[in-house]
Amino acid sequence: MKVFAVAEHRFGELNPLSIELLNLANKLGESNAVVIGKDVGKFAAELAKYADKVWKIEDASLENYNPELYIDVLLQLFQNEKPDVVLIGNTAQGAEYAPYLAVKMNAPIVTDVVGVNSANGLVASRFVMQGKIMVDLRVKSMPCVLTIRQGAFKEGVEKNGQIVDAGIKPSKPAGRKFLEYVQPEAGEVDITKANVIVAVGRGIEDAANISLAEELANALGGVVAGSRPVIDNGWLPKDRQVGISGKVVKPKLYLALGISGAFQHVMGMKDSELIIAVNKDPEAPIFGVAHYGVVANLFDIVPELLDKLKGK
Amino acid sequence: MKIIVLAKHAPDPQSEVGVAADGKSLSLGTAVFDINDWDRYAVEEAIRIKEKMGGEVVVVGVGKSEDTLRKCLAMGADRAIKVPIESGLDAYQTAEVICEAIKNEKFDMIFAGLMSQDLNNSLVGVILAAMLNLPFATAVTSLEIGNGVVTVRREIEGGYQEAVQLPMPCLLTIQSGINEPRYVSVMGIKKAKTKELKEVNITPKSSTVEVAKMYLPPVKKAELITGDPSQIAAKIIAILKDRGLIG
Repeated sequence: MKVFAVAEHRFGELNPLSIELLNLANKLGESNAVVIGKDVGKFAAELAKYADKVWKIEDASLENYNPELYIDVLLQLFQNEKPDVVLIGNTAQGAEYAPYLAVKMNAPIVTDVVGVNSANGLVASRFVMQGKIMVDLRVKSMPCVLTIRQGAFKEGVEKNGQIVDAGIKPSKPAGRKFLEYVQPEAGEVDITKANVIVAVGRGIEDAANISLAEELANALGGVVAGSRPVIDNGWLPKDRQVGISGKVVKPKLYLALGISGAFQHVMGMKDSELIIAVNKDPEAPIFGVAHYGVVANLFDIVPELLDKLKGK
Repeated sequence: MKIIVLAKHAPDPQSEVGVAADGKSLSLGTAVFDINDWDRYAVEEAIRIKEKMGGEVVVVGVGKSEDTLRKCLAMGADRAIKVPIESGLDAYQTAEVICEAIKNEKFDMIFAGLMSQDLNNSLVGVILAAMLNLPFATAVTSLEIGNGVVTVRREIEGGYQEAVQLPMPCLLTIQSGINEPRYVSVMGIKKAKTKELKEVNITPKSSTVEVAKMYLPPVKKAELITGDPSQIAAKIIAILKDRGLIG
């Protein structure tokens, strides 16, 4: 199978997920990396260590990611090279342009893939129901586009691929214009520096209950953080968000209260030294990452913990 | 400003969900259905723009979407279109029927939620953009409408955002937290009853993926701490002491 993996970079850094795409590509067949930008020589050299061939697509207009221009140049390349499978990272960038590219290639697409089996056709595995259920999807035609979840294909082989300039430029200017990257606002508390984090999720139910978590955090010498629904509701400021789109934390203790454990959150806390999760739902994916789990209502457990900590 | 919003009636993944006996579909017997959470923010954003600038908000639902469409109308959308096909895992089919259902609508923008809370594909919105050749942006966290253009911020990794400008018409997928969606009022529910909810029958032609198997994921499970709340708390304290996390 002829596989094309589209690399990703931002702020002068290659996203390591690009190498994971190549790990999968090498399992499936002939691995081709594509890297798009203004000056991508450095990235191409790195990718060549894991690919049979690296295609550079360079143009001044490609300095910052623009989905229309990416799709434009990729379609030109794929028209000539006729890939069987196109792999793209399931990131804010990849998840954005991959479906559009798939439509223009007349290709089936499966997103956020964690497993691929090519023994009999191509079957891609992914989660549904926010991690609770898994589905194997068979694509009905080739080529197909897959967006790949970070961390799913960490093992791979080394190669010493050839780097070629694809000689492709965008065929027309994009309607969408890149303006700027906006930095996160610095908050009062840097949760990445805390030894103990008491993290709350949707199970905290109301802004008024945040004080209960704060009390527990104080008793443990820690800080309060939250998962996306808590931040969305404005119950905690954005700089307290743990997850891919927030902060990555590795405290000595991560106490997850009423957090279901969506992948986007788990990627922000899975490397904590000790994870204890309290959740009503015994099937909550958080119990897949926690060291200790309590299947209970957090409002039954936290007051008991506070009593015991204060009376110790 | 005329805005079309895609709204899905979806099961809450935090309710009890499982795999059906056929091993190829979801079992949703007791699951709680409501408007997909991301779509709630999308509908709210569209209604806010209409309230400020005038215009119309049209919501489109695929599948058993009547309750959700009525809810959108009660929030303040003007009319609704329902395509009563069974919307499955093939997002091409969903996008295709929406494309057909709105073919006579002139619009400035289409909003979709970033993803559906049940299938988490993040596909229908952008596939529709491609079918209609529209400029698009996903995971929008704020937007500002200018003269024939819309400037948006979209969420990327690590707390950063990307600011981009798009010409209209365009399609945006909306990230949760962009606004504070309103609750439906009794007045809103009354008004919604008089609003148009049109049903259109369209059979999708595309078929791009099929379910080979559906199953519970093999996961390593945490060691469970059991007992009554006081016993559980005591066991947690013991673990923390053992690890030197408390004195």
